[in-house]
Amino acid sequence: MSDRASYWKANIRLVSWCLVVWFIVSYGLGIILVEQMNTISIGGYKLGFWFAQQGSIYTFVVLIFFYAWRMNKLDRQFNVHED
Amino acid sequence: MDLQTMTYLVVGATFALYIGIAFWARASTTGEFYVAGKGIHPVANGMATAADWMSAASFISMAGLIAFNGYGASVFLMGWTGGYVLLAMLLAPYLRKFGKFTVPEFIGERYYSRTARIVAVICLILASVTYVIGQMKGIGVAFSRFLETDYDTGLFIGMGIVFVYAVMGGMKGITYTQIAQYCVLIFAYTVPAIFISMNITGVPLPQLGLGADMVDGSMSMLDKLDLVVSDLGFTEYTTQILGSKVNMFAYTLSLMIGTAGLPHVIIRFFTVPKVRDARASAGWALVFIAILYTTAPAVGAMARLNLMETIQTGPVGEVSANLSYDERPQWFKNWEKTGLLQYEDKNGDGRIQYYNDKNEAFASKAESFGWKGNEMVKVDRDIMVLANPEIANLPNWVIALVVAGGLAAALSTAAGLLLAIASSISHDLLKGVFTPSISEKNELMAGRFAMAGAIALAGYFGLHPPDFAAGTVAIAFGLAASSIFPALMMGIFNKRANRAGAIWGMSAGIGVTMLYVFQHKGIMFIPGTDFLGSMDPNWFFGISPNAFGAVGAVVNFAVAIGISKMTSPPPEHIQHLVEDIRVPSGAGAATGH
Repeated sequence: MSDRASYWKANIRLVSWCLVVWFIVSYGLGIILVEQMNTISIGGYKLGFWFAQQGSIYTFVVLIFFYAWRMNKLDRQFNVHED
Repeated sequence: MDLQTMTYLVVGATFALYIGIAFWARASTTGEFYVAGKGIHPVANGMATAADWMSAASFISMAGLIAFNGYGASVFLMGWTGGYVLLAMLLAPYLRKFGKFTVPEFIGERYYSRTARIVAVICLILASVTYVIGQMKGIGVAFSRFLETDYDTGLFIGMGIVFVYAVMGGMKGITYTQIAQYCVLIFAYTVPAIFISMNITGVPLPQLGLGADMVDGSMSMLDKLDLVVSDLGFTEYTTQILGSKVNMFAYTLSLMIGTAGLPHVIIRFFTVPKVRDARASAGWALVFIAILYTTAPAVGAMARLNLMETIQTGPVGEVSANLSYDERPQWFKNWEKTGLLQYEDKNGDGRIQYYNDKNEAFASKAESFGWKGNEMVKVDRDIMVLANPEIANLPNWVIALVVAGGLAAALSTAAGLLLAIASSISHDLLKGVFTPSISEKNELMAGRFAMAGAIALAGYFGLHPPDFAAGTVAIAFGLAASSIFPALMMGIFNKRANRAGAIWGMSAGIGVTMLYVFQHKGIMFIPGTDFLGSMDPNWFFGISPNAFGAVGAVVNFAVAIGISKMTSPPPEHIQHLVEDIRVPSGAGAATGH
């Protein structure tokens, strides 16, 4: 049971970090800090605009695969994986 | 070959394909009807989820909203993709481990209460039907253009086709058809985008083209667009805000949470073989969705630029720089027929002036030009994607393809939603609560009747939609965000959450959201019954009704946690159930009971 408890704790920690990144790229850089970010340009994009319409989406994709990969590792480490 | 024949041909061919697949894979058992049996590969499931997910709102409506709201429309882009992060991390693997058919089934069991299950069914139906209304708007637009009729006729024909298509198939048919529909819709979306990006910037990849320089090298495409729109008194494209920043924050949050609370998407993760696959499936779904969502900003921006430059052909103020109405292009005439594009010659000069007549600083300038107000009296945002290839003079087959893609998007989502509605009525209400002894055959029959009823209802509201397709859909997300998501999440992450908390939380969340929407948009969206008016000064902290789901969700969480604390904790066996769904090992196939 304590093993399960630490598995759950590790899971919560992983999810929390992922959600921090999730929040920063969308709400942080894309909305709250957009004016400050817009003073920087990459190519023809203002950076804040880029995060809001492109960058956040790319980050989301990477985040989910990262989470799935880490969780699969955790499953094995705590021996709670399927089959 | 002329455009009309070509369109019939392409749309006909894709429809024959879908119907063929639906017939080949038609459902014969309730298991196949609801969750396609088991054993659909995560990549295939991701693709089907993407088609299910990307509706008329994404395909037809979103780029139009981006075109006219610029940076402000980022709420749709982030909101409708970021929800998958929540889904993958907070819900999908656990619900898959739980292994049942429907969302209310989980809520009923986790909160050991038939009342909770019924409340969940009601929330689910409200959200889904609102969502289908949004689809009907999109279907109406696509069919009216395709068949060259008015919007209402297009809508009725679309209803008929959705009926035949969704009622016959069930989930198994829908899953395979949706894979085909994904291919059609993504091809149809990206091909014109590549053409247009090449024309304007010379860069084939729209994601890069949006940030590239104009072909003539004068300035970047976005700077040019900013310049063109602000010259005519509109707000600068890349900094235009939707309402306020608080509103944008709430709007994005509402769409994200709503994504993770919509039954037709969640059901998808019941159909993968393993918990592990549920995590990967969410990732794959987002990959396929991101292809369209990162293309859409380019489509929107370039469509806006093309539209502005078609009408304002030269320097603002020069008489000959405004397009003469007699010389208007063919696409203009086509869309005028649908009633979704309207011109009114206010100053009687036979030319078209398209500018922002609400901008007071620009008004005196406009007056000195002899302009008497904006003459493009109606430019329905929802026509932009369909009109875009015509505006850019792309070949006929591309235009035909876009119509087929738009229909694919609308149909696949409408079918998925109707299935969620059917299963909640036949499986959750009839079999689960009222008539547990119902036979499989009768259960299927009841499901099909429920679908037909939902189509009729959504069609009726589709005649007077409360907003553009994407706006209507946003309201549906708000309803799902404020009711289903918090109940599911607490069911997994908060062992202390109990029956009373869930029931009151869901009711309070959706109640607050609906009240807010109705008081600003009319009771049941009927115009004239809104008692606080739709004007911004009455909005709570400037949050628009479409974005209010975020507030509803907060209310739901607060009420549920508060009431759970005050009442007795859930029984022992429920606490064990929660412990059990938190670990992947021992997941069996989904069952109906």
